[in-house]
Amino acid sequence: MPELRELYQQVIVDHNRNPRHRGRPAHHTHEAAGDNPLCGDRITVFVDVEGGVIRDIGFEGAGCAISTASASLMTSAVVGKPVAEAERLFTAFHSMVVDPAAPADPRALGKLAAFAGVRGFPARVKCANLAWHTLHAALRADGERVSTE
Amino acid sequence: MTTTARAPLGAPARARFDVERVRADFPLLQQRVADGRPLVYLDNAATTQKPRQVIDAISRFYSEDNANIHRGVYDLCERATRLYEGSRIRTARFVNAGDDREIVFVRGTTEGVNLVAQSFCKPRLAAGDEVLVSAMEHHSNIVPWQLICGEKGARLRVIPMNERGELVLDGLDALLGPRTRMVAVGHVSNALGTINPVKEIVARAHAKGIPVLVDGAQALPHLRVDVRDLGCDFYAASGHKVFGPTGIGFLYGTLEHLEAMPPYQGGGDMIRSVSFAGTTYAPPPARFEAGTPNIAGAVGMAAALEYVAALDWEAVVAHEADLLAHATQALAAVPGLRIIGTAAEKVGVVSFVLEGAHAHDVGTIVDQDGVAVRTGHHCAQPVMEFFGIPATARASFAFYNTHAEVDALASAVARVREVLG
Repeated sequence: MPELRELYQQVIVDHNRNPRHRGRPAHHTHEAAGDNPLCGDRITVFVDVEGGVIRDIGFEGAGCAISTASASLMTSAVVGKPVAEAERLFTAFHSMVVDPAAPADPRALGKLAAFAGVRGFPARVKCANLAWHTLHAALRADGERVSTE
Repeated sequence: MTTTARAPLGAPARARFDVERVRADFPLLQQRVADGRPLVYLDNAATTQKPRQVIDAISRFYSEDNANIHRGVYDLCERATRLYEGSRIRTARFVNAGDDREIVFVRGTTEGVNLVAQSFCKPRLAAGDEVLVSAMEHHSNIVPWQLICGEKGARLRVIPMNERGELVLDGLDALLGPRTRMVAVGHVSNALGTINPVKEIVARAHAKGIPVLVDGAQALPHLRVDVRDLGCDFYAASGHKVFGPTGIGFLYGTLEHLEAMPPYQGGGDMIRSVSFAGTTYAPPPARFEAGTPNIAGAVGMAAALEYVAALDWEAVVAHEADLLAHATQALAAVPGLRIIGTAAEKVGVVSFVLEGAHAHDVGTIVDQDGVAVRTGHHCAQPVMEFFGIPATARASFAFYNTHAEVDALASAVARVREVLG
């Protein structure tokens, strides 16, 4: 059985206890809501995009430590970045948590590599992915509610 | 319903129940988790483990007695038919039905509720009519009624509950109005463990001529159920919640109702004769058992009921009350823990939330200690909404659980906040 500390790494514990970018930014151009119906996790992501760059971002919602930390680390990772870069991180993050063969590349993912431990806990992959799927939907701006089911 | 033998909380009877002897009957419970610790299975409200006697009965059926039922003239077929119909008699006896034709085999409680909604209730429902459920129903005793209400323009109404998770019956007579066509209520709440006063609800509904379905999925493993004493019109339950296999359950319905109901599904075995001009249907219960049924499942469920019936029930009840009292006390001592569902009448279910920790983190962390509990909304989202929480962690006990397992749960839960920092 995989070790708990691989899942609840220090950076994840820290971001769960003190989430960054929690709340609605002063101004936003995109938003999307997502939920994980089996867990009851709910999140709304607000993004302020200007000239193809994420100027500001925030999230609201309630969820487990993994989903909260993921939203916090995600918002920290993409703020100030071009939308295309955020989408690239989404793809890299997604393959890291779902594909046991994919290496967690610290250069590509930075602190997000902390979520590599989620692979040992298949039931929790959705928790890690929820914020990212919701961001992805917000940037596509199709206004549809995202569900991990 | 003989539930009066429960030991009062706080003054648990000393366990005269030989739990170790019973545990030896359950092969799955003998396993150890990765680090050699014993598995602590506390998700019995989701499904129960199966004793050797059930596993053997299913294995024996397939090894020695398997044939399709009701339609062969050869000996093997008659043997299979006898076993299947014998399972019906066993089931009827277990819940004290007056006639074994009042037992319809279904896939589980969910199918039983849907059958009643579609075949019994829907034809009686008109726009403006009402169906009454309770605030603590499992989704499977909400959605089937919503479907027919939506179709007919009828209205779903709800018996409220209080902060302890007990139904509030003060307004029940007002809720049972001239437009109420059906009452559907859970015997025991899966999310909270509350034992509902269904006998009283039935009496008050019947006083106004309103039929009642009882969802007994969570009651059967903990209470001696007597459908005639309850007086209900329908009682649905699942085999796998009462130490039997999945994919089989039963619907009890009074013969008077079943005989008046149209079929639920069409197919083989439910007909008297078929022509392209028209078909006449078999009498109940065959009318509601279209197609080849889950024969081995029925045999397995009957073996499970036989196993339960052979237990010293008074000792089981005392043991479960003891487990509940111990768990309530041990968990309440964990800092920041709040128990959701504190009804005076409860079975061995303890739902809880932990300050600063989401239920899913609790579930993952205690699993590392080999403790299996359920986390989430338990298919009872209205209950979660009532308590203003997204989810709970839930430990649910069976008679094979022990004091030591409750202690393992409490110490694993106490570790959660350590892990989450």
